[in-house]
This record gives sequence, structure tokens and C-alpha cells, in this order.
Amino acid sequence: MEKSKIKETVLSVLQDITGTDLSDQMDVNLFDTALMDSMATVEMLLQLQEKLGIDVQISEFERSQWDTPNKIIDRVNGTLQ
Amino acid sequence: MIFFQPYENPFYFFILFIALLPIMISILHGKKIHIYESLISLFFLFLTFGGPSWKQGIALIIYTIYETCLTFGYLYYRKRKNNQLVFYFTIFLTILPLALVKIATAIHNQKLSLIGFLGISYLTFRVVQTVMETRDGVIKQLKLSQFLPFLLFFPTISSGPIDRYRRFIKDYEQVPKQDEYLEMIKKGIHYIFIGFLYKFILAYIFGTLLLPEVQAAALAQRHNFLGLSWSLLGVMYVYSADLFFDFAGYSLFAVGTSYIMGVKTPMNFNRPWQSLNIKDFWNRWHMSLSFWFRDYVYMRLLFMFMKKKTFKSRITAANITYILNMLLMGFWHGLTWYYIVYGLFHGFAIVINDAWLRFKKQHPNKLPHNRATKYLAIFLTAHVVCFSFLIFSGFLDKLWFIPK
Repeated sequence: MEKSKIKETVLSVLQDITGTDLSDQMDVNLFDTALMDSMATVEMLLQLQEKLGIDVQISEFERSQWDTPNKIIDRVNGTLQ
Repeated sequence: MIFFQPYENPFYFFILFIALLPIMISILHGKKIHIYESLISLFFLFLTFGGPSWKQGIALIIYTIYETCLTFGYLYYRKRKNNQLVFYFTIFLTILPLALVKIATAIHNQKLSLIGFLGISYLTFRVVQTVMETRDGVIKQLKLSQFLPFLLFFPTISSGPIDRYRRFIKDYEQVPKQDEYLEMIKKGIHYIFIGFLYKFILAYIFGTLLLPEVQAAALAQRHNFLGLSWSLLGVMYVYSADLFFDFAGYSLFAVGTSYIMGVKTPMNFNRPWQSLNIKDFWNRWHMSLSFWFRDYVYMRLLFMFMKKKTFKSRITAANITYILNMLLMGFWHGLTWYYIVYGLFHGFAIVINDAWLRFKKQHPNKLPHNRATKYLAIFLTAHVVCFSFLIFSGFLDKLWFIPK
């Protein structure tokens, strides 16, 4: 899948969950700003699974590696390769 | 021979300091001597579980063998197959000793039953997460020479903080660079000294000096409606302060000692009395426990509920999972009504908190947000928490149900 498509999908998932368009704040910390919590995390993982077919185990989910839109996109890219 | 509870008194710290000296010198020379560290661990375990508590020592040895067999047995199985039922059954078996201890304690009203020992709950957390991560395929290898030091790491054996296997092993095997390690020693000693202040001074003042006084005063007014009195309010504050300083003090000792051993055990407290709401509180209070429940219970349960679409609405699913999660935490504390009510109380508090946060999100700019509302939020959160600790303390049980 193209990288731009992945970015678009991740951002649309995040917008759906947080109710905020994050395309202009790619390095905002989603947990510190309370945009996301553990419930939102589960939703995000499920949606990413549905839309991109990536399979992330909860064990592999380390908050510090998933706490900004950029980092999430990196993780997704890493998983897809 | 003298025996101690961990971090019990200054003499324990004196022995601890002597024992840690060779570790400090060797790490400063760029080496970790695991054999020496293991001997020291065993020595300190002996100081706690030898002597008058020898029965607990035997229980600890049997428990360790049992859980090690289970964990390694499951890894052996997992490399070949991955049946869900086998996984559930393994988890059941790993929790079984702890569950039996809790049930026996509830029935016989004893502190510890035959198979119990100080720290069994904390060891169980470590085993369960290792098995879960093995199931997830994140842990692919286990070595006895790493698993046992993880399980029996003496600074955190009695009450945590609860470390994670992969995180611990990374620190355990890695030798920090000299300047980094000097920084760790500095932090470690700093933590231990704040621990002295918390545990030996503040917890002593609140727990040993004040608490019996306010409790006696509250009990003297037990004939009031529900036993309500100003003294009971005093019990709530004093007990909360004692609980915090006692446990935070212990945790600082455990983290400080770990740092000096070159292991960055996670912190347990992060200014919990500045929490803005209950969810924030659980990100700051007994963090290694609440994060454990978040990662190994809450998120997994919710993931399952949402995937299988067990509940129509996602919010319902999240709320039910919050309550189940906190209820389980209540049960973990012990099978008495006040621990279970404490768990439920926090479950519902989080649900209400979540609804409020959603309401705020849906009505931006309509609610005032300033310094006064912030302090009000902190004040409210602290009081909800203190009230929950009054339930947790078991004092209400004494006040209401136990005759003079």
C-alpha cells in the first residue's frame, strides 16, 4: 500500500476517534492531551485492523511508541513491511 | 541471626548498603556480576523468609518451582500450538495459588494460609504477564537465568512495583555507562532518602501516632447515625495520608535500590494528589498496578468485547469493562466486602468521569475553564479518592458491624 494512503487512513481513523483533525499537528502527544485513552487505543487498533489489515497484539502496544500521529503512521508502516 | 521485613529499619539499610557496594563498584568498572547479584538476592530473601517466617520461605520455594514449570511448559507448548483453551487453563493455573490464599484468608480470617507468603500477589502479576506475552508471541525465548532473577528480584519482591519481563531483562543484561550509572546512583539515593521521610517520619506520624487517636474518637461516637462524626472525617484524611506515605515510601525504597543495582524499576507514584480527575488519578497512583490492569485486563477484555460486538454501543462496552476491571482489582485486594465495594466504587467513578469528559468534548467553550475550576477539580478528585480509601481501610466494617 502507498505511504500516502496509509497516512490518510490513519488520520481518518484518528479523526473518527478523537473528533479532531490532526493533519496539522502530527507530533501532538495524544495521551498527554487526553485526546486518546485506553478505550480509544482499543478502537484505533481494531479500526486499523479492519481498514489496513494490520494485526497488532496488545502486548506489542507500548504507549510511548504510539503517542503521536507520526509515530502511529511509522508503526503501521513498519508492521506492513 | 536477625531477620527483617524488607526496608524495616535503619539496620536493614546498613546491610543493604554494604551488600550493594560491590555491585556499584563492578558496574562502575563496566561489569555486572550476575552470580553476586543472585547471591545477594538470595541472602535478602533469606533475611525475610528465613527464621521465624520459614514456613513462608518453603511456600515461596514451592510456588517458584510451580510457576516456573507452568511458564516454561506453556512456552514449550506455544512454540508448537496455540489453542485458546490451553491458554485460559494455564492462566487459571498460574492464578490458582493466589486465589486459594485469598479464599483461605477470607474463610479463616488469617493473615496467611499455608501456601501464602509475603509478595505472592506481586509474583503472580509477573508470571501472568509473562504467560500472556508468550501467548501473543512477543516473548519467544525464556531463560531460567533471566526468569528467576525477574521473578525473585529482591528489591521489589514484597509489594512491587510490578515490572515487565522484557523491560526488566533489558536493564538486567545491559551495563549502564559510567556517567549514566552515576546519575542512577544519585537518583536511587535521592529516592531512598525521600522514602525515609515518607515512611519513617510521615507515615509514622499519621499511621502510628494520629490514626489510633482519631479511630478511637470515631468509635466513641459510633451510636450516631451511620457512625458519622467529625472524627470519622479525620479517620478518612489521616488514613489516606498514612496509606500514601507508607506505600509511596516503600515504593521509593524499592525503586531506589533497583536503580543502584542498575535496573530502572518503574515508579509507582506521580503526584497523585494533583490529579484532575479519577482517570488521571489512576495514571498517577500505584501506577505499576493500574497499568498492569490496563494492559493485561482492561484493554484485552475491551478488545474482545468490541471485536465480537458483544455490546451494541462502544461506550457500554467500555463502561462494563471499566467496572469489571476495577471489580477484579477489588477482589485482588482481598475477599471482603470493603475491598470489593472499593473496586466497584472506582469502576463507577471512572464511568461517571468518562461521561463527564464526553460531555465536555461535545460542549466545547460552553463550560468555564480557569484556575478556579482546576483547583475545584483537584479538590473534588482528592475527596472522592479519600472517601474510597475510607472504604478500603476496613474501618467502616469495624464501626458498623463489629460489636464492642
